[in-house]
Amino acid sequence: MSTFLGIPAPRGVGHLRGDRSFPDAARGALADSQLRRNLGHATRVIRGKRAAVVGELDDWEQLRLAGSALKAATMARLDEHLERLEQEVTARGGTVHWARDANEANAIVTRLVQETGASEVVKVKSMATQEIGLNEALEAAGIEAHETDLAELIVQLGGDLPSHILVPAIHRNRAEIREIFLREMPGVDPELTAEPRKLAMAARAHLRERFLRAKVAISGANFGVADTGTLLVVESEGNGRMCLTLPETLITVMGIEKVVPTWQDLEVFLQLLPRSSTGERMNPYTSAWTGVTPGDGPQAFHLVLLDNGRTAVLGDDLGRSALHCIKCSACLNVCPVYERTGGHAYGSVYPGPIGAVLSPQLTGVEDNASLPYASSLCGACFDACPVRIDIPSLLVKLRAQHVDEQRKRAVPSAEAIAMAAASWVMSSPRRFAAAEKGSRAGRLLGRRAGRIRTLPPPLSAWTASRDAPRPPSETFREWWARERGGDS
Amino acid sequence: MRIALFLTCLGDALHPEVGRATVTLLERLGHEVVFPTDQTCCGQMHINTGYQREALPLVRHHVATFEPYDVIVAPSGSCVGCVRHQHAMVARGAHDERLAERADAVAGRTYELSELLVDVLGVEDVGAYYPHRVTYHPTCHSLRMLRVADKPLRLLRHVRGMTLLELPESDQCCGFGGTFALKNADTSTAMLADKMRNVLSTGAEVATAGDASCLMHIGGGLSRLRSGTRTVHLAEILAST
Ligand code: SF4
Repeated sequence: MSTFLGIPAPRGVGHLRGDRSFPDAARGALADSQLRRNLGHATRVIRGKRAAVVGELDDWEQLRLAGSALKAATMARLDEHLERLEQEVTARGGTVHWARDANEANAIVTRLVQETGASEVVKVKSMATQEIGLNEALEAAGIEAHETDLAELIVQLGGDLPSHILVPAIHRNRAEIREIFLREMPGVDPELTAEPRKLAMAARAHLRERFLRAKVAISGANFGVADTGTLLVVESEGNGRMCLTLPETLITVMGIEKVVPTWQDLEVFLQLLPRSSTGERMNPYTSAWTGVTPGDGPQAFHLVLLDNGRTAVLGDDLGRSALHCIKCSACLNVCPVYERTGGHAYGSVYPGPIGAVLSPQLTGVEDNASLPYASSLCGACFDACPVRIDIPSLLVKLRAQHVDEQRKRAVPSAEAIAMAAASWVMSSPRRFAAAEKGSRAGRLLGRRAGRIRTLPPPLSAWTASRDAPRPPSETFREWWARERGGDS
Repeated sequence: MRIALFLTCLGDALHPEVGRATVTLLERLGHEVVFPTDQTCCGQMHINTGYQREALPLVRHHVATFEPYDVIVAPSGSCVGCVRHQHAMVARGAHDERLAERADAVAGRTYELSELLVDVLGVEDVGAYYPHRVTYHPTCHSLRMLRVADKPLRLLRHVRGMTLLELPESDQCCGFGGTFALKNADTSTAMLADKMRNVLSTGAEVATAGDASCLMHIGGGLSRLRSGTRTVHLAEILAST
């Protein structure tokens, strides 16, 4: 039996909850034709690249199975691996901090930065620090955080929110990026064009200055190897590597689920990750660091291990598989819902199919109750996931959790009443046949069109854009009885 | 062979022509079809919307109704997917291990129509004649829950008089998803719009699939557009001569 260990991520801090429900937030995105075009194009390109490089491997399914098994085994003894990680990091000159939630993590990082006397930091793209709203916490303490990942920089300069795990500015096109740069980058060449090379050079000049100035860097981690106390970041631009080597102090914030026991385990994940995420055979920059090395790189290293709802998820036998996620974003790129709405509609830093299961798990399902329904259960996410997270089953399970929460209400919802009634009708063949007869009254509705064009709520949501079939004059069971004489 | 027909609640109430076509087809191939008249609904809508407790009596009823039969067929990928992958789960969720075992046994004898024809009965040419331009949409649950792969296409390729047109982006969901079409009606409509665009781009007169529910969705959209393209269930095409 699962024991309840943890507490959900706290309210009012970080970015795990939206302020609107998914259908509501999606409505605006669906009407934005530029956004739809940008997203459709980008996801289609990445999907194609991924399919091609995955197709090259004849052991892809075995790799997925291995990845899934390694994750399951690691989660089963997470406490031991984390303790080992702490031991090894400490032995190599680093300091480990444990943060129960977003508030604690933000306080720890802020204090660490303040102790160095710095008033600005450079950041490597990190989901964990976005999850806890670290930039906002630092700003409140008078510390400026500069994102250095190109897409993350575009989002930050645009005063925007990321909308994709891997390509945070996926919702922007080149022309929009040029405008943001012209508006927000001090000293940018006013002749800047929307040519990718020109945009990249402008960003490079802007970032170089910050890398050379920064005394403190903050990173996330894709993996933490317990065996040797090594942290790893995989990225495409090399900007992360600048942050990891140039500053004097390095602070890494890592979700506790990111630990892997040994270097051997990495072999599997370093094959699964780039192919699933960017559609590349190998990652352009894979940086690993272990503690501190005198005279080389940052001389102070801190590792903040973040819970923020994770141990609560871990206590759930099926639900814990959501923590297996290696944040490759493959499920986003194949998801037909994500492709139309983009990431902002999910209201959490974790969008798409994995966000639809992970966010409500971290916050408690009632704080993100619309997300488990933001899927048609088409199953494309499960097929794409390199660690075989059964996202459709998790969605169904979370829906059931939500419904069970709703049962505690004094007055049941209209939906709950309808579902209970349907169950009562359909668990009896006699009642079901009677209901079919009753529905024939529906034939009157669309008499002229042969199709029904308007239905009362909640079915009006259907007829807003689709005709409904007219109930036939004879059900199958009536035909069968007439033709074959009742019983089979 | 004696085959029990599980028509599904939607098929019985709204699409009896799909059931009649399935009977015609199987009888023409020399099999005996029985229709257990106690059948109602597999509970998929309840399960997928989160009403596991309400689904339990439906699962119990379905298992009891179909337990006596050796081979069961349903012209619906998603209902077979529910029987095969969710019934035992619902039973286990209610801590009824005995029911879960019985559900698994029934699931093991339940086939989607193209699976029954190709895998169990070993036919690909069912002797059909259908002189129309047709495009095939592989519904998500047939494709990913059941992995019927190209079985429906193999059956369609043997239909005489028919022009089979390839559907672009065929593996994309049509946006139905049961109550998803109501709860997220706008997103569902956007997905449907792309599916219809792809269907219409083929120039087909008929779009077909193995699921009456997805066809109801696509067909409802095409009808609203007055597109002149209609939807027809796979069973009806295979039954026509
Ligand atoms: S759930 Fe799977 S596919 Fe989605 S981001 Fe995580 S690892 Fe990738």
